Amino acid sequence: MKSKFHPDKSGYFGQFGGAFVPELLFPNVKELEDNYIQIIESEEFQQEYKDLLKEYVGRPSPLYLAKRLSEKYGAYIYLKREDLNHTGAHKINNTIGQVLIAKKLGKTKIIAETGAGQHGVATATVCALMGLDCTVFMGEKDIVRQAPNVARMKMLGATIVPATSGSKTLKDATNEAIRYWIQHPETFYMIGSVVGPHPHPDMVARLQAVISEEIQWQLKEKTGKTTPDTIIACVGGGSNAAGAFYHFMDDENVELIAVEAAGLGVYSGESAATSQLGEVGIIHGSKTILMQDEYGQIKEPYSISAGLDYPGVGPLHAFLYESKRAAFMNATDREALDAAYELTKLEGIIPALETAHALAVLPKLTLKKNQVVVINLSGRGDKDLETFIKHLE
Amino acid sequence: MSSIFNLLEEKPVNNLSIYFTAGFPELEDTAKVIQELSNAAVDFIEVGLPYSDPLADGPTIQKSSQKALQNGMNLDVVFDQLLEIKATNNTPLVLMGYLNQLLKYGEEKFCQKVVDCGIDTLILPDLPMVEYENHYQSLFNSYGLNNVFLITPQTSIERILKIDSYTQSFIYMVASSSITGAKGEISEEQLAYFKRIKSMNLKSKLIIGFGISDHQTFSKACEYGNGAIIGSAFIESLEKNGVEKTNTFVKSVLN
Repeated sequence: MKSKFHPDKSGYFGQFGGAFVPELLFPNVKELEDNYIQIIESEEFQQEYKDLLKEYVGRPSPLYLAKRLSEKYGAYIYLKREDLNHTGAHKINNTIGQVLIAKKLGKTKIIAETGAGQHGVATATVCALMGLDCTVFMGEKDIVRQAPNVARMKMLGATIVPATSGSKTLKDATNEAIRYWIQHPETFYMIGSVVGPHPHPDMVARLQAVISEEIQWQLKEKTGKTTPDTIIACVGGGSNAAGAFYHFMDDENVELIAVEAAGLGVYSGESAATSQLGEVGIIHGSKTILMQDEYGQIKEPYSISAGLDYPGVGPLHAFLYESKRAAFMNATDREALDAAYELTKLEGIIPALETAHALAVLPKLTLKKNQVVVINLSGRGDKDLETFIKHLE
Repeated sequence: MSSIFNLLEEKPVNNLSIYFTAGFPELEDTAKVIQELSNAAVDFIEVGLPYSDPLADGPTIQKSSQKALQNGMNLDVVFDQLLEIKATNNTPLVLMGYLNQLLKYGEEKFCQKVVDCGIDTLILPDLPMVEYENHYQSLFNSYGLNNVFLITPQTSIERILKIDSYTQSFIYMVASSSITGAKGEISEEQLAYFKRIKSMNLKSKLIIGFGISDHQTFSKACEYGNGAIIGSAFIESLEKNGVEKTNTFVKSVLN
């Protein structure tokens, strides 16, 4: 399948992407670049990957017609239940794939960054499964606000390293992971989103593409058509959105909506709506859209959800934005909270705060009666209970 | 060829280069530090442009960058400071920063400012060779600027030879697989790597950096390279002992 939304051989999506890494990382990135497609496309990998996704993760995740939500908004709203995956989010699709790639490359030590802790848990989980050494970098601030996930990672045997530099959140955890990688080139950096130097964005997108692949045949069973009218997903770095969009990117009839976190308001100074506030720049080895000041210093984003407060966005999404293939919307903290409470009451599903941002745009859309909308329900809200309880009134 | 190239041709041994972060410890210290380093007979000076997310730097330089940014340092301020000392400063300067700074400031504007300050050599650790070949080589050439490439223990021979052919100033030989920061000693493994590179008889001069901190590590590095760069150890000295003790620090390295 050839698509204009796949990267060229230098890892560029339009003007975005590339591999802006110090010479120190060149051999690591090159090793992965030379091998990842061949490994992913091999029969052996596909067999192991699919088996684990089925038997261990619990895929396929259901595509659930949310009747009461549909009734309220006057359309057919389907929820892609990534929240029902083992470890509670889409993140495990990626780590299952990457751990198999790491093993094929003979790597025994795994490092990862995490924001909300979902990717950290998914990484620690597959490392426990495969008996590999696991170190997770996490911002000091996030360690406090995502305590349950920190406990889970520790129980799974991972070493947690607090990132104490900069804003002490996801961006800094990623910096620390990359610095550690430079100093320990024998480790495998299991990146958690469609960010970082080529080939990481493409590799992670391919591993998350199982989401849109399933949506195709599940929709066919339910509606007779393989394509929805609209797909909605939240975007921090953008891995769940990349997975939900993947097989539909070339079909212009499918409306793609990416939802960013607007924090206290897009222009409040406390926001993570990168596409609205950012300009072309380089972060974590990738040229993309980036929140920065006039001198190129990276700004500290804000969102109530630790998984969305990232000052950049994956290069694929920067390209989807620039080419206008996807519509970029946003939701504030308050709108996300309200959407989470609404889904809980109408459907009995407590979504992750990140996911709640995707749900929060429903009231802003003009939906037609027969419109088929798929919302990627990327994660469950157990980890966010404290925040939900605090804001309940 | 660059000012540093000429310098290294004239004096091919025991060159000492010192890195410091512009605007550290105080915003107005940039000129003072350069003056002190010149007085102490440092061969050339690496001026660090403080960056919010310096991927190749260890905790010492990260902290100094954060402090400098808090002090109000930015590219306009540093270019003004460097322009002001241009007439009186005789020690060659090299600028070190991250590619995003140049990108956001405007590539052409950035290059012009560098030239205006009398500087002709840049170190951009996150500028990969392929991007250099595709775009930056011709941009830098048009301004008479040259880019310093880094090599590491993992850099392939083929790549080193290519870097050697692009080099117009010196090759920055990273002493180990590491980010910047004082390490203490030089290991057997590092020595083997130093010997391996030295035996390649490259046309370019080699300056060794990352983990060089004192007289012992400096002298060892100078046995294999044409000189060495000290950064974090000097930043620590600046923080602890102040700008006034720069001469004492440099003497302790040269001894």
